[in-house]
Amino acid sequence: MTRQNKLYIFSFLTIIFLSSCSKTIQEDNLSYPTLNPTRLDTNTNDWKFILLTKTGDINCPAPMDVNSNLYPIEIKKIKDIQANLSSSDQNLINYWGSGSILRWNEIMRELVAKNNLPPYQNPDGSYPIPNSNNPFAYPTFPFATPPYAARAYAYLSASQYDALIVAYHYKKIYRKKFPFETDSQIRSSFKNNYISSFPCEDAVIAGVSLEIMKLLFPADFETINTKVLEHKKARMAGGSCTESDWEASMQLGKEVASKFISRAKTDGAGTAGGNASLWKNLEQTAVSRGETPWISQESPPRPPMLPLFGKVQPFLFPTSAIAANLRPSPPPSVHSDQFKKELEEILQFSGNLTRDQERIANFWADGIRTYTPPGHWNHIASEDYVQMNLSEPRWSRNMALLNMALMDAAIVAWDAKYYYFNPRPMQMDTRIKTCLGLPNFPAFISGHSTFSGAAAQILGYLNPTKKDHYNEMAKEASDSRLYGCIHYRSDCEVGLVVGKKIGNYAIERAKSDGAE
Amino acid sequence: MKNKLVLTKLSFFGILFVLCSSINAQTEFDGLFMSKNIFCVGTTAETSSFNRYWESEFNRDNANLGTVQYKALSVMGNYGLSDRLNVIFSIPYIHSNTTAGNLASQNGIQDASLWVKFQALDKKFLNGNIQIIGLGGYSFPASNYNPDFMPLSIGRGSHNITARFLLDYEENNWYMTVSGAYIYRSNITLDRNTYYTDRMIYSNQVEIPNQYHYNTRFGYRNDQFIADIYHEYTNTLGGFDIPKNGMPFPSNEMDFQRLGFYAKIETPVSGLSFLVNGYTVFRGKNMGQLSGIQFGAFYIFGSTSN
Repeated sequence: MTRQNKLYIFSFLTIIFLSSCSKTIQEDNLSYPTLNPTRLDTNTNDWKFILLTKTGDINCPAPMDVNSNLYPIEIKKIKDIQANLSSSDQNLINYWGSGSILRWNEIMRELVAKNNLPPYQNPDGSYPIPNSNNPFAYPTFPFATPPYAARAYAYLSASQYDALIVAYHYKKIYRKKFPFETDSQIRSSFKNNYISSFPCEDAVIAGVSLEIMKLLFPADFETINTKVLEHKKARMAGGSCTESDWEASMQLGKEVASKFISRAKTDGAGTAGGNASLWKNLEQTAVSRGETPWISQESPPRPPMLPLFGKVQPFLFPTSAIAANLRPSPPPSVHSDQFKKELEEILQFSGNLTRDQERIANFWADGIRTYTPPGHWNHIASEDYVQMNLSEPRWSRNMALLNMALMDAAIVAWDAKYYYFNPRPMQMDTRIKTCLGLPNFPAFISGHSTFSGAAAQILGYLNPTKKDHYNEMAKEASDSRLYGCIHYRSDCEVGLVVGKKIGNYAIERAKSDGAE
Repeated sequence: MKNKLVLTKLSFFGILFVLCSSINAQTEFDGLFMSKNIFCVGTTAETSSFNRYWESEFNRDNANLGTVQYKALSVMGNYGLSDRLNVIFSIPYIHSNTTAGNLASQNGIQDASLWVKFQALDKKFLNGNIQIIGLGGYSFPASNYNPDFMPLSIGRGSHNITARFLLDYEENNWYMTVSGAYIYRSNITLDRNTYYTDRMIYSNQVEIPNQYHYNTRFGYRNDQFIADIYHEYTNTLGGFDIPKNGMPFPSNEMDFQRLGFYAKIETPVSGLSFLVNGYTVFRGKNMGQLSGIQFGAFYIFGSTSN
């Protein structure tokens, strides 16, 4: 063989090899099966509201009758869509077929991750504050911090849950046939069509989600609206819903959302950032107790994250329960032997992690540009519920219980953080370096641990077969903050205990919400 | 006899900065070959740092990082299977740290690489000599380092396959070498199971975009001495931009150009040579504005007479 031939063959083989290396990634959430509930939960209309007081508060006019002269036009629209299905339409049907509570929860997680970026400093070293009245200007609104995210997931899930109760009430009144039942030429792609095609629960969920997301992520309106249109197209293409029913059902969802939006506007989150004199007060209070106050380790120093989030109105218990039952005893004094021991433990972890400890720290890091720890627990819950074939109402109930617990965990953890205002390990010993981003707020109690304790408790109640598994995950999430060298052991252990107490409030609600 | 002497020297100096050398030793970027059965091995020490970086195209500093520093100690070698076919390997140990802020330093063995260098053409051309050379390379992480801790991660974590085409022209000891490479980079695995690029992805796998890489050098070489200046351009084929005040990620679209100089000189000790290589990145995107300097010592096993 000549040298030239060898070169040709070498080049040829190289090209074959390179072109055979497909790099397409299998995304876990794109292969979820079509929702096919084992239990229909047709009594959802009897479940207990979270915020609404009575179904009659939400108006829902009768839908177009299937015998109406206009109904054939509605049917034709569905047939036209079905006759012109592209492969991307089919992907939409598959995507939304896995469940609309699931998908809107995922969309919320994505909005959180996208907006979870701390603002860049001003030239004078101060930091600009995102402004909800001018959401597109830098820094875009919001900075989706873990408390902000916890609250976003809670409002989304709770409003979806109340909206489905209303929807099921009207389903039983109207009992409208599904398009595929009235016309045999219409194909049905979904398996969760029951009781009545109106109100369409997907449209109700889309309507409520659109309004809640617009409130919390106004700069992402375009994305959210596109998702609504895709959802609508999928549901019509799937033969479940006429266009007029979709629009009317969305309207129902929007009305429910408006009740939650009223609550959100007065729940205290809007003023949770505090101001310079409050920040100074927190410092002085800690000094007056003889402790070392927390100081921002960022450069330039950044104001503490949401110091008044502990004052936000919880979902599962009255605000008074925080001081009475949930606020933990003080952390070890910085002058105590216990504190020195715990600081020494973190110094030992610093720079000395095993690869497995590092893996655990990374797996639970949930830092900037992620869905945050509450989002991580939504992800964990969703992956399990996909396997469990829950009805949409039960999906919404489980997610609402989880996310109310997570939001309330954020409130209680943030209350403790700013009540005690104690320093992070790195502030007390500058030899300590972290393998995670350093959170810009006080240490005690660990947010991760509080979130995880609360989540594991309610998830273990809702799915007892995985109770131990959830508890192990919560412990690992809690430990990950020690490995990350950003928390003391007390922060983590007390956080888990407090979190479980909050989870118990969710369990109490679950026992009496009519869905057992 | 000569080999024995070399081995004695080796054990004397230990594994550190000594080994064999040759003005003929080389790299992925030059038009030089080891003769048949000659084995050259050496060590380089490199230090590089940046205190400004491009967040997308926004050039900034960051008081939470201060200066990001990397130190590398590498062992590399080149063996002549024939006068026209060489194999080259290298394996670096890297330490990274910042001078400010909270982030922990990282260290470990980075990516081992293996190259095959083949001279396809070597003939008189105009008043000089022209060579066409093909190179194929493979590199892989030689330790289980964490690629998801940029900018301190010691590597990207991908397995890379490189095909490089190199053209070298020499006339009266002056030379110009131009090469271009396509680098296939494999997906990597993170410790977490979701991440956000310009959208949310639910997987622990990350698609690392492939790259084009261009190197142009101009210099002078004889049996005792090589010196050149070079320009290098790395173009990442895809990937996303670091958002404002965001963290870098392994699948960012990292593009950069750097200028450098390279010199290698034979010492009076037969077979022993030293090299120096300095560079600075002057344009970039999603990259540190890195400058660095590298020193090396090489030694030759086997006869240099042919």
